[in-house]
Amino acid sequence: MAEIRNFTLNFGPQHPSAHGVLRLVLEMDGEQIMRADPHVGLLHRGTEKLAETKPYNQSIGYMDRLDYVSMMCSEHGYVLAIEKLLGIEAPIRALYIRTMFDEVTRILNHLMWLGTHALDIGAMTVFLYCFREREDLMDCYEAVSGARMHATYYRPGGVYRDLPDNMPRYEEKASKWHSEAEIRRRNDARHGSLLDFLENFCERFDKYVEEYETLLTDNRIWKQRTVGIAVVSPYRAKQLGFTGPMLRGSGIAWDLRKKQTYAAYDQVEFDIPVGRNGDTYDRYLVRMEEMRQSNRIVKQCIAWLRRNPGPVMIDDPKVAPPKRDQMKQEMESLIHHFKLFSEGYCPPPGEVYAAVEAPKGEFGVYLVSDGANKPYRMKIRAPGFPHLAAMDEMVRGHMLSDVTAVIGTMDIVFGEIDR
Amino acid sequence: MDAILNLWNSFSQDWPTLATLILILLKIVVIMLPLMVLVAYYTYAERKIIGYMQVRIGPNRVGFFGRHAFGLGQPLADAFKLMFKEIVIPTKANRVLFVIAPMLSLGPALAAWAVFPFNEGMALADINAGLLYLLAMTSVGVYGVIIAGWASNSKYALLGAMRSAAQIVSYEIAMGFALVGVLVAAGSLNLSDIVRAQSGSLLHWYWLPLLPLFLIYFISGVAETNRAPFDVAEGESEIVAGFHVDYSGMTFAAFFLGEYANMILVSALTALMFMGGWLSPFQGTPLEPFFAWVPGFVWLVAKTFFFMYLFLWFRATFPRYRYDQIMRLGWKVFIPITIVWILVVGLAVVYQLPWWFD
Repeated sequence: MAEIRNFTLNFGPQHPSAHGVLRLVLEMDGEQIMRADPHVGLLHRGTEKLAETKPYNQSIGYMDRLDYVSMMCSEHGYVLAIEKLLGIEAPIRALYIRTMFDEVTRILNHLMWLGTHALDIGAMTVFLYCFREREDLMDCYEAVSGARMHATYYRPGGVYRDLPDNMPRYEEKASKWHSEAEIRRRNDARHGSLLDFLENFCERFDKYVEEYETLLTDNRIWKQRTVGIAVVSPYRAKQLGFTGPMLRGSGIAWDLRKKQTYAAYDQVEFDIPVGRNGDTYDRYLVRMEEMRQSNRIVKQCIAWLRRNPGPVMIDDPKVAPPKRDQMKQEMESLIHHFKLFSEGYCPPPGEVYAAVEAPKGEFGVYLVSDGANKPYRMKIRAPGFPHLAAMDEMVRGHMLSDVTAVIGTMDIVFGEIDR
Repeated sequence: MDAILNLWNSFSQDWPTLATLILILLKIVVIMLPLMVLVAYYTYAERKIIGYMQVRIGPNRVGFFGRHAFGLGQPLADAFKLMFKEIVIPTKANRVLFVIAPMLSLGPALAAWAVFPFNEGMALADINAGLLYLLAMTSVGVYGVIIAGWASNSKYALLGAMRSAAQIVSYEIAMGFALVGVLVAAGSLNLSDIVRAQSGSLLHWYWLPLLPLFLIYFISGVAETNRAPFDVAEGESEIVAGFHVDYSGMTFAAFFLGEYANMILVSALTALMFMGGWLSPFQGTPLEPFFAWVPGFVWLVAKTFFFMYLFLWFRATFPRYRYDQIMRLGWKVFIPITIVWILVVGLAVVYQLPWWFD
């Protein structure tokens, strides 16, 4: 009798639920996974090496493109490292703005995660609901930075600009597809400032989360597909280097926002949700609750920002670019501007590591400076990488359909994993 | 008009066999044409209805003669696109089986309509073993899927075929048992007789006495047609497109047509066997005379559309089952329930339970 061998299935890189360019070589016995071998590097763009070739500020834009669904959080990690290296701190208003946009980003990321996770498991309606809400948050990004995704809004020493006083509006003219009444309805929340718009969104958002939960949380099929799938014990989660919701899903209340606080997180109130069983369902619940908590933080930031106007950029001409009118009037400012946008600044030699709680986990930037205007070396700690490395352990013994559920629960984005 | 009729009469006297053949062919065309149009517009309805459920608009651009009539031209445009696309046959595929499979999938889905009574005495073939014929036809369809999966010589397709074989075979049993219940209750395999046995009132229809069988039949029907939440055979996010991953152009379209024709068939059969077919819902109520002018066919279509809508609603609502969970549901839940209920129905018939079986 012929020997029976397992068969190998190439899952991706072109696969609808490979979340980009994951190449997963699966060794299967029928439908059961005996071994999973993730291959990375198909989206490698050499971010770390590129950063060595240009002044510090010019790499902020690359950070957006790492984890392209939690843009500002990655920027935050990088900017924080530079600030640490320079020994400066951003003004308090900038810290609140950063906190607010970090949480907006977290909601953006978790909405994307929820949509794709549900889509992988076959519930496609949630996906479109999530994108409906993402649209509003993208508009906030746009209002503040001009770009809907790759904002480059955070700068060492603060943020690029203060929050705008008015939101962009749709042109109130009926078209072939939209009536004037509809456009007016869309503009309803956009007559005030960005904060008004965001506050309006925050008030609505809890209801939206409920809406997603009615579709999934108590759905028997959803539970059958997620409960008990890819269980990770707290001990193993720590050993595997999990961070973020993946770690908290296993029941460990570790959150950099609380444990190594940065920005204005020590000034706002929020809770850290933790799971109990460490399965896919728990991680789902953790992330759903995180969205609510983020919403809570955003509300507090809005209230604070309304009351406390002030500078959003450090008053240090060596780091912060001068105002336009100063530049036209003063020789010194012009020189500063020129130096800053050609050479940049030269931090003292040394090395720093700064980490933020990105939506996916700990996003850290390790910078080595030799005193030049560009980093000597940069290393990025992407949260997704250790998660993906645990793929084999998490899916072994499960079935093919669970692989998609596990990819979803890891919240993988290849921008940051392949860098 | 009279002249044509006279001509036809003399023709059928001279060549009776030929005349019967032509008549049957005409009837087939009369059934198939609306069916095909319905299939095309069912895809349109699916995209529109699910679109609105998902807060988007759905197709609204393609229209007729420069007017975008709510995108009503979309199904035709899709059909033409598929017709003119190249049929790619993978090098290592088994060419004969590869081409036969889609036909095998579409053929039975259409053939099953032969015994379907659209109204009192309005069936192409009012045969006494109608129910058996239906069971046979719907089971043959699965061979198309299995052969397609095998012939493509692709791992994804093979997995899809494997899943679909296991799934359809097990749901066939639950479905069969549900039909046995109907058979016991009506005492006939003839579809028209089954409908007649339900007459009386809305509460006489079999959905009430056979409630578990009704639900199981419809759910099995969803599983049998590989629709969400039982669409593991094509499981978009897992095995890409499953058994038809390598199909393109008209061969793909045949699978597509087969699937939608089957959905319509299952909806129509559910309406027929559990919701009183062409019977008016106002039968036995004071309202009956007011609705007497409505032809039975309209009621049948309305009921069918309701079930067709359910298919779409399911798809927008539910996540997908895992393959082994489907098996468990089929074998451990549906089949035992149907067996028990057949017993209950049998006893009810033997003891002539008033209202339904007296």
